[in-house]
Amino acid sequence: MVQLTLPKNSRMVTGKTWPKPEGAKNLRKFSIYRWTPDDGKNPRVDTYFVDMDDCGPMVLDALIKIKTDIDPTLSFRRSCREGICGSCSMNIGGINTLACIYGMDEVKGDVKIYPLPHMPVVRDLITDLTHFYAQHASIQPWLETETNEPAKEWKQSIEDREKLDGLYECVMCACCSTACPSYWWNGDKYLGPAALLHAYRWIVDSRDEATGERLDDLEDPFKLYRCHTIMNCTKTCPKGLNPAKAIANIKKLMIERAV
Amino acid sequence: MRFMTARKRAEGKGAAHSGTEHHWYMIVSSVGLALIVPTFLYIFGSTLGGTRDEVIATISHPAVAILFGLVLFVGLEHFRKGAQTMIEDYSQGGTRRILIIGITVLSYGLTATSLFAIAKIAI
Repeated sequence: MVQLTLPKNSRMVTGKTWPKPEGAKNLRKFSIYRWTPDDGKNPRVDTYFVDMDDCGPMVLDALIKIKTDIDPTLSFRRSCREGICGSCSMNIGGINTLACIYGMDEVKGDVKIYPLPHMPVVRDLITDLTHFYAQHASIQPWLETETNEPAKEWKQSIEDREKLDGLYECVMCACCSTACPSYWWNGDKYLGPAALLHAYRWIVDSRDEATGERLDDLEDPFKLYRCHTIMNCTKTCPKGLNPAKAIANIKKLMIERAV
Repeated sequence: MRFMTARKRAEGKGAAHSGTEHHWYMIVSSVGLALIVPTFLYIFGSTLGGTRDEVIATISHPAVAILFGLVLFVGLEHFRKGAQTMIEDYSQGGTRRILIIGITVLSYGLTATSLFAIAKIAI
């Protein structure tokens, strides 16, 4: 349900300003959201200064530098460092993106880093994605077949394989879903752009035999039709995918089978 | 506190198997309104400033009366369904259901009243 103000214990306060590194000439200011469940305090925004002459070009490089050299208590997820695992998704300069493929030169002024919006925070920049992953699992992201499995492989034409391009590349970073106002207000029921993009990936797969059942499971005023084509998902996707188009295609299939 | 698995929470009560008709109606009525509303506005605008007899004569014309009736009927039905979507977006539970009932009563009431008014003028 829509909530226009933050609860009292979620309001942010000014945090600690960490000392500037000695002798550094090329400094960049980072304002980073901090919260831990351990001390019962409100979230705060800490300020760090990073020497850009001694740091890699990506935002994740700066976060790792802060954690290594300044404040080891700063918590964030990261793994592959090349935009393929989706772990380091966060809100940087007001945009949901992957810190590992987001260049510092893309941010104007101070770098402000927050967790993904409207998600329960586990600690600092780490959000709880349990429900998001469960929604993904609910669309049954695997090949469903009734026909006996062929001896060698399920064949697919080049044209049919091309229909999966722009869909299979999704790394489930949750940037799109957490940028969607419909997901903010009704995330308990609305599947969100990421799960729906994956749903379409299996609906459009020529080898899958459960198209009707998949459409049946999605035909719901909340699961699917909460999408109002706001397009934040497509605008923010760090992989350059178009979840809004995938959702529109599902709606088109729904109409095709009804009208 | 309820002990539920994440999967059960995500599945919820399953799919309602509805929504496509609503979605299709909004598309069809949008196209229809895009065609008839400009004509309605032109005719309505041309009656402004006229005498009572002139206005009644214009609206009494069968084509104009039908057009006005259509704009109000389709427009208010479009409004009802659009407002329902908005209510579903921003409210929950009992409040949601009460607001939907309210908006349904309001839009049907307005439709009946406006159709009666047009019929009274035209016939």
